This record gives sequence, structure tokens and C-alpha cells, in this order.
Amino acid sequence: MKITSIDDLKKIKEEAQKSTMLREGKADYKVVVYMGTCGIAAGARQTMSSILDEISKRDLKNVVVTQAGCIGLCDREPLISIEKENEKVLYGDLTPEKARQIIASHVVNGQIIGEWVVHVER
Amino acid sequence: MKELALHILDIMENSIRSHASKISVSLIEDTKANLITLVIRDNGHGMDQNTLTRVRDPFYTGQKKRVGIGIPLLEQLTSLCRGNLTITSQPGQGTCVKATFQRDHIDLPPIGNIPETLMVLYASHPDIEIEYEHIVNDGSWSFNTKKMSEELGIRQSQDIFPVLQGIKEWIQYHESQIQKGA
Repeated sequence: MKITSIDDLKKIKEEAQKSTMLREGKADYKVVVYMGTCGIAAGARQTMSSILDEISKRDLKNVVVTQAGCIGLCDREPLISIEKENEKVLYGDLTPEKARQIIASHVVNGQIIGEWVVHVER
Repeated sequence: MKELALHILDIMENSIRSHASKISVSLIEDTKANLITLVIRDNGHGMDQNTLTRVRDPFYTGQKKRVGIGIPLLEQLTSLCRGNLTITSQPGQGTCVKATFQRDHIDLPPIGNIPETLMVLYASHPDIEIEYEHIVNDGSWSFNTKKMSEELGIRQSQDIFPVLQGIKEWIQYHESQIQKGA
């Protein structure tokens, strides 16, 4: 279907609502994408876009995605952190594809991908 | 930056950091005058005269870090493309950044992925009203996230996910329609 009007979007929303009415949950994971100038120049927008896409494809209800500025690790951009309760895992040197894998492995299955971790705070 | 859309995202991030509740972006293309004008206006906390004179310095930043190159990068691009950058701001009133470019200049990057720039911001800040307007000669189209949220009943980030791809396609459709007038 080609989407050309607001009504087309309303239809999609209604369809989605029917199937997800019973599964409203609170957010367990917070995904932060660092979007300073350095991050944006290194590809943070594409990384965030792939994260949003992966979350909507998998229909994850327990995740919020937010953004923050530069944290001084400009050479490791694009960076994201995955936060749950007191744990904060910072991943660096990402690509849109790596970010998708982090969502699948870390957020969905609870497995940290050690190879790409820059720092862990507990 | 490889796209104008990335510069737009970068400047809009400044607005978000200044606690703006509304950000307006106008992208105006005039093929006859061979001119592109980009205006980004916010209602954030603004800057005083002293700060305003320093924001073009890459070693000035309002944050706890040592560099701030968003504005200097955009200024460099405008001067490379025979345009200029003007910033007006009032403390408590907000800030307006206006950049102009020679439209067919060889150093001007493509406008790029506007749908992605807008959706990344909309999805992470559904509470901020983003107004986007693209004018190409006599044609124009606009998009307002507040109206979109009201129409689709979006109250929080999670509500956007089912329609995220749809809104992106919708923006892409209008962007390609408007370019036919160039």
C-alpha cells in the first residue's frame, strides 16, 4: 500500500491497536543514542533509525529510546547505551546492522555482546 | 556532514538541549534565484549577546566539554557555498538560525534523508512540537508532529512504533512530490 494521506496512517494505527491492546507493559530497557555533532557525523541517525525499526518490527513494548549529547568519546561514535535498573552498558563503533544485533541479543535475550562493549557501569 | 538533513538534525539537537517545546524548520528552494534558505527557529531558553558572539567559535560550548562544532560546521558550509549564516536570539525567547546556500554549488551536499531526520526526533521527543515546511518555488508542503499526534492518538514514544514506517513513507512521498516542482 502506498501511503499518501493521514487516513492511510490512521488505518495502520487502528490495525496495530487491535493486536496490541492486551500487552501494555512498562519499560524495562532504556536505549540511549548519543547524538552530538560527532555522533551525527559518524552515523548516529542511521543507527537510531535501525534501532527504531527493529523495535517496531519485533513489536517490543518494554523499551524506550531516547537520545543524549556528546560524552567525549567522539572517536568511538556512533555510541549507544542500554540501561536496565542499575546496569548501564555502553557500546561503541556501531553500524546500523550492529545496533540491530544488540537489540536482538541484549534487549530481547538479555545477552550482552562483549566484543562491542566500551564500558559497563553497575 | 554528508547531507543537509544531518546539519538540520544537529542544529535541532541544540534546540532540544535548550529545552524548546517547539522547533520550526523551513527549507526554501528557489531555483530562479539559485538559492536555498534554511531557517530553524525554537522557543528554547535562548542566548544573551555575549554567548551569541561566541557560538561561532569551535572551542566554545554551552556544555561540559571542550568543543562545540555544530554551528561552526554549518557556517563553514554556508561560506563555502556562497551563502551566510545569521543567528538571532533573546534570552527566554528562543533562537533562530538562518543559513543560505547557492543552490547549484558544487560543494553543497544533497538535502538527504529528511524523513529519517524528522522521525528520529519525533520518536524520541513526541512531546516536542516539530513543524517542518519545505517550499520549492511555487509548491510547498508541511508537517506538524503535534497535529500528527492528535490525529493518530500518539501520547508517548511507544505509540509511534506501529506507524513509524508509515509516517516515514508519507514524508518521503510528499518530499518526492515537491521536488517535481524544482
